Formats: sequence, structure tokens, C-alpha cells
Amino acid sequence: MAQNMTADAAHAHDEHHESPVVFGFWLYLMTDCIIFGTLFAVFAVLRDQFAGGPTGHEVFELSGVGIETAILLFSSITYGFGMIAAHENKVSTMRTWLGVTFLLGLGFLFMEIREFSHMIAEGNGPDRSAFLSAFFTLVGTHGLHVTCGLLWMAVLLFQTAGKTELNERMIGKLTCLSLFWHFLDIVWICVFTFVYLMGVL
Amino acid sequence: MFGKLTLSAIPYDVPILVGTFIGAAIAGLAVVGLITYYGKWGYLWREWLTSVDHKRIGVMYIVVALVALFRGFADAIMMRSQLALAYAGNPGYLPPHHYDQIFSAHGTIMIFFMAMAFMQGLMNIVVPLQIGARDVAFPFVNTLSFWMTTISFLLVNVSLFIGEFSQCGWLAYPPLSEQQFSPGVGVDYYIWAVQLSGVGTLLTGVNFFATIVKMRAPGMTYMRMPVFTWTIFCTTVLIMVAFPILTVAMGLLGLDRYLGMHFFTNDGGGNQMLYLSVIWGWGHPEVYILVLPAFGAFSEITQTFSRKPLFGYKTMVYATASIMVLSLVVWVHHFFTMGAGPNVNAFFGIMTMIIAVPTGVKIFNWLFTMYKGRIEFHATMYWVIGFMITFSIGGMTGVMLAIPASDFVLHNSLFVIAHFHNVIIGGVYFGYVAAMNFWFPKSFGFKLNEAWGKRAFWCWFIGFYVAFMPLYVVGFEGMTRRMNHYDNPEWHPWLLIAEVGAVLIACGIVCQLTQLYVSIRDRNLAENRDLTGDPWNARTLEWSTSSPPPFYNFAILPEVHELDAFAHDKEAGIDTRRAGGDYQPIHMPKNTACGFLIGAFSFVLGFGAVWYIWWLAAVGLIGVIATVIARSADNDVDYYVPVSEVARIEQEHTHNLMAAQAAE
Repeated sequence: MAQNMTADAAHAHDEHHESPVVFGFWLYLMTDCIIFGTLFAVFAVLRDQFAGGPTGHEVFELSGVGIETAILLFSSITYGFGMIAAHENKVSTMRTWLGVTFLLGLGFLFMEIREFSHMIAEGNGPDRSAFLSAFFTLVGTHGLHVTCGLLWMAVLLFQTAGKTELNERMIGKLTCLSLFWHFLDIVWICVFTFVYLMGVL
Repeated sequence: MFGKLTLSAIPYDVPILVGTFIGAAIAGLAVVGLITYYGKWGYLWREWLTSVDHKRIGVMYIVVALVALFRGFADAIMMRSQLALAYAGNPGYLPPHHYDQIFSAHGTIMIFFMAMAFMQGLMNIVVPLQIGARDVAFPFVNTLSFWMTTISFLLVNVSLFIGEFSQCGWLAYPPLSEQQFSPGVGVDYYIWAVQLSGVGTLLTGVNFFATIVKMRAPGMTYMRMPVFTWTIFCTTVLIMVAFPILTVAMGLLGLDRYLGMHFFTNDGGGNQMLYLSVIWGWGHPEVYILVLPAFGAFSEITQTFSRKPLFGYKTMVYATASIMVLSLVVWVHHFFTMGAGPNVNAFFGIMTMIIAVPTGVKIFNWLFTMYKGRIEFHATMYWVIGFMITFSIGGMTGVMLAIPASDFVLHNSLFVIAHFHNVIIGGVYFGYVAAMNFWFPKSFGFKLNEAWGKRAFWCWFIGFYVAFMPLYVVGFEGMTRRMNHYDNPEWHPWLLIAEVGAVLIACGIVCQLTQLYVSIRDRNLAENRDLTGDPWNARTLEWSTSSPPPFYNFAILPEVHELDAFAHDKEAGIDTRRAGGDYQPIHMPKNTACGFLIGAFSFVLGFGAVWYIWWLAAVGLIGVIATVIARSADNDVDYYVPVSEVARIEQEHTHNLMAAQAAE
């Protein structure tokens, strides 16, 4: 009998420990932070190794990157609105904000891919010099994370479709993605500062 | 269609590999045949392969570790035999191409799949029980970790029969490991195996850190945690700090090889010194990831068999924590000769020597625990005492290597090989074997045979000295590591002695296998059965439950009033189990095949990528993503064990306990 109790019902009167999911995910994010930290260190070592290729000054277009930055920062705000709605159990409002965040993230990704393809088309791909290898890898790793975040967001949008209220597990998932999304924002601020601004100025 | 994979990738013209393949195939078929004959596939799948029970996952980890031990040791004894033969014009029996793969595979397998798997197995079996928890924080992630480790080991072994393995040493230094100098698939096998197993280990780190922080029994403050749990706690911190760095190192090397980037290449502004710093930024913490749990096991065993509480619990904890921090700031001592400059080298040399201080504190703590204790010379204690002697010697040669000036002489010589085997065999391996002997009855309900355990110890202990002390000597005489053949007559006798040592160690492994066989055969003899759950009169909570423990570990979560909670309860006459108490339904996770599936798809991804079969790699990647999404949509992941079931299982154990007491 009790064996067939569903998770929802079970969690409703769960006693002993609060769910460790958000804590565990936060720990994972810290390890991810070390991945980015290492990539930043690698970039710092290789940033002057142009091997006769272009410098950051020659390949970066700050205006485009500025728009990318604005889009990503704004998407953090919209996700935040989504979370407020989630905590108030307003599912459709939450889904709307998540949809807006998704589109903003897609826009960011689109601009990044355009930047990359421009550089590669001009012969300044990641195999051109150590500087460009480090640049493409650092920025690309961030882009890959954004892609994963978008995939995750799409899955959560799908899973909440037609729902009228959010259970604890779904709030947990939304909170984890929220942490992830804001974390990517913080990483991007470092990318913008150390890679683009310091590369151009 | 098949990328780089052609029929010529199968090494059917190498007799050693063909023989190995036939042997492995026969053994594999025998296992498959036996499982089929006894009709155990369903049982194996339901109860083990898809299990999320930390105790079963722990056992499976150790099975993988033992298989890896055989594979790694086979490599080792082949190398020793080659060097015993390949002298003064004799090329030996292993051509350089094959020999180089063997030493690379030996190091990779022994660290990533023997030691790491063994360590994760031990932490799985012991930690949740020791902190009075019913499972780990993320049971599903736990099975995923296990499968990532296992399929990576499989990938390494597939390289034996399809293609080749890396010939660049266990850390694949560039530029040798770059496409330019290693155009084959060997390094790609290495990268994917290390990368995928690294994911598993990282998740284990996160999982057990969260478990220890969030799931300790009521009353168990940090300073009441058993020492083994403390060492695992510090190890998980190091895993979380160090393994992402390994991920980056492997990722960048892979990008160099697959996409022609220039991180570590000779041209294009690449920098090999960067690779050394990154890989050892992981590599040095890694050795402490391995040895800290061994220290924890020694602490538990020493106090149990000395019949005394551990001497200096607090200093033990602080020493462990200091080692954890210091291990992050010593990595440059692996490449003093790189030329970082005298100031940098001096800093890292001094930090390295400072690590000897907390380690020395630990040695003295164990000695003082034994001092005036009523020591029982159980087989487990043999490994502990053997460790203290051997590890101290290894530590001292380590301090010698920490002096940059002398390191310039000894770098890359067999002295270094002797040193790290001295600490890894004498510290890590002895520790894990001691732990296996110690906790075996907890997992299976019967003890390991002591006589064979002692024989195994003596073979390993003497074999170690015979095999590795000569390497210190030839190291001083200037013999460098990874040599395929040589013509210096002074080295030859020493290498013959080392070969004898390797044979002695082989005897040790045979004794261990015999020990397992004899113990399983005699498992029902009264003196071998563990009916009480506390065969050693031990001090910590894992011994308060039955052996093997019920799948939910504790019917009622124990309450902790002091350090060594179980010893305290025994002295105070408190029933830790609170048998017959107020049982509640127990919330447990359901088994899942998702960990296995993600592992299987990761294997497909890795294999496809190694051979540039991109459609296959895509299948693997999509499979991984699809399984993760399917798992995320599954809400039927847990259930409640009804009170009647709990009461039945607990009554059975109470009955056993009373029978055992009556027999005494």
C-alpha cells in the first residue's frame, strides 16, 4: 500500500531532513566556478600569445558585446520575476517570465554564434593562435553553459505546461536553474571585463 | 562511416594481446555462463546494477577496483620483467611502442580505477552508516557516479583490443601527447576515459559532502564525527576543488587534438608549462584525496584493535584539515626542474616540507593510541603497522625530493618511482586493504579469513621492499624512468631483485584471492558468522546495526551524545538501536536504471569520439541528454517502507543478537 504512495503525497508530509537538492546544486556550481577560474587563468597566461595573428583590439567589437551583456543581465532580472511568481504559485505568470528569459538567452546565444562565425570566416578561428584558442574556449564554455541552461529551461517549461500549481520538487528545480542562470551572469561579467574590456582598452 | 576505425586497428598480430584477449574472453564467457546457468540476470539487474543502495554501490566499486588491480598489476609485472631482460643488447620482449602503452596504462588504471574506485567504494559502504544516515543525499547521483567510473575503466580496457592506448605516461604531457607526435587514438582513449571518470568522481565529491553536512544523526556535531568520516569530508572538499581542474586540463588537451587549438602545442604560442601547472594543480591534491581516507581507516582500526579511544582526536581532525589546505599549495614540486625560479621553487619546497608536520602528528597519534593499549594482532592490524613503517620511509624520501636542489638530481629518475610507490602502496593500498578486512563483515555478515590475510600481508610487505628499495638505488645511480632497455651493468642486479619483489607481490595478490575464496567457502562456520553486527567490539555507529545492515540502515535514527557514539552507548548500557521502539514508515529511494543508461550512452559517446565516428558520438550524447530529461520527468522515485516490514526485519536481528549472546 504505502509502497505505491507517489512522491508528491510522500513529500507533503516529509519529516526529518529538508531537501538537500539546492545545497547540492550550489556545491556543483562552486565546482563549475573552479572550471571557469581555471579557464580564466589559462586565458591570463595566453592572452599575449598572438603568434602573428590578430590582437583582441583587432577582433573584438565592443558594441555588439555590450548588447550581449545587456541582454544577459536583463534575462537575469526576468528570471527573477519568474521566481517571484513561482513562489506565489502563479504558474502562468512564471511561465511567461521564463519564456521571456528563454528568448533573451536565445538572443544572447545568437549574437555570440554570429560573433564566432564572423571571426572564423575572417580566418581568426581558435586554431589561429594560443590567444584565440583561450578566447574561444573561455567564451565558448560560457556559451555552452547558456545552451544547457536554455535546454533546461525548455524542459521545465514543458513540464509545467498545463499545471495549476507547483510542487516542492518543481520549485526546487526552478531554484536550481535560477542559481545556474545568475551564476552564468556573474561569469559573463568577468568575461566582459577581463576578456573584452581589458583586451580592447 | 566508421571514422578512423578499420580492421587494422585490431592488434591480431601481437601475440601477448591475442593471448590476453582469449583469456579475457574465456573469463568473461565463464562469468556470463554462470550467471545464466544460475538464472541470476534478473537478480543482478534489479538488486545490484540498478541499485541506489550505497552499500551495494560500494561493493560494486570495490569489485571494479579489484579487477583494475589485476589489470594494473599485470602491467606492472610485465614492465619489471622487461627491465630484468632488456639489458646489454637484449631488446627484451616488449617493443617500445607496446612498453610505452603499458606504463601509461599502469599509472592511469592504478590511480583512476584501482585507487579512486576503491576509495569511493569504502566511502559508500562506511560513511552513511557511520553518521547514522539511511542513505546518501543523492542516491541517484551515486549510481550515476559508479557507472561513469565503470564505463571509463571499460573504455581503457577496450583500447587493449581495439586500437591502442596512450604512450605518453599517465599524465600525457604535451607536446608528446599532441596530435603532431601522437597521431593515433591512444591519447584520445586516455582523455575520454579520464574525463568521463572525472565526472563520476566529482559527483561523488558533491554527493558525500552534502551527505555529511546535511544528514548526520541527531546530536552528531562536527567534533563528534568519526575520524574516517572526517577524512572523507576533507577528501570530498579536495575532490570538489581539484577535479574541475582536471576537467579543464583534459578538455584543453582534447581541444588541441580535435580542433587544432594551441594551448600546449610547440607552435601558435602554446605553452607546455601551463599544462604542467594545470594537471598538477589537480594531481597533487589527488594524492591526498587518496591517502586521507586511508588515514581515516587506520585511525578507526588502530583504536578498535588497541581497545582504546583514539589518542588526540582533535589533533587528528586538525591535522587532516591542515593537510587538506596545504595539499593545494605544493603542486610545483612535481616540476622543480621546469625553471620557475629559485623563489618559486623555495616556496613550494618549504610548503611541501610543512605537510610532513601534520602527517607526523598523525603517525604519533596512532603510536600513542597503541601505547599501553591491549593490542590485538588481528590481520587488519598487520596492515596498519606495516603502513606506519613503510609510509614513514616514503615520507622521508618525499622530504628529500622536496628540496629543490636535490630534486634537480633525482627528477625523473627511478628514485621518484620508488618514492611514490612507497607512499601509495605503503599508505593508500595498505590502508584500503586494511579497511576492506575491517569492514568486510559489515557488508556481508561474515569475516575474512585471518590466516590468509596475514599471508597476503607478509607477501605484500616483503614484496614491496624487495621490489622498490632497489629502485631507490638505481635511481641514485642515474637510471631514468620509463626506459625500455639499458646497457649499464651496475643496474642489472638491482632490477633482477626488483623482479623478485614483483613476484612476491603477485603471491600477495594470490593470497588475497585465496582469502576471499576461503572466506566465502567457510562463511557459515559459527566462528566466521557475524550475528551481532559488532564483530570487533568497535566504537562507531556502523557497528550498531546488523551485518549486513538492513537496506534502510537504521530503523530509528541513532542519537549521538558523545564522540564514538556506539562505544559510549555500550558503556552506558544504552541500546543504540532502540529495538522494539516506536517504528515509523521509512522513506527510501527506488532503484533506477538511469545511472546505468547514462553510463552506457557515455561509453558510446567516448568510443565514437575516440574513433571520430561522429554519428555514434551523437547517438551517445543525445542518449545521455534524453535519459537525464526522462529522469527529471519521473516523479515516481521513492516509496515508504511500512512499519510492519521494519518491525519484522528488526525483530529478526534482535533474535540473532540474543542467540549470539546466549552462545557466549
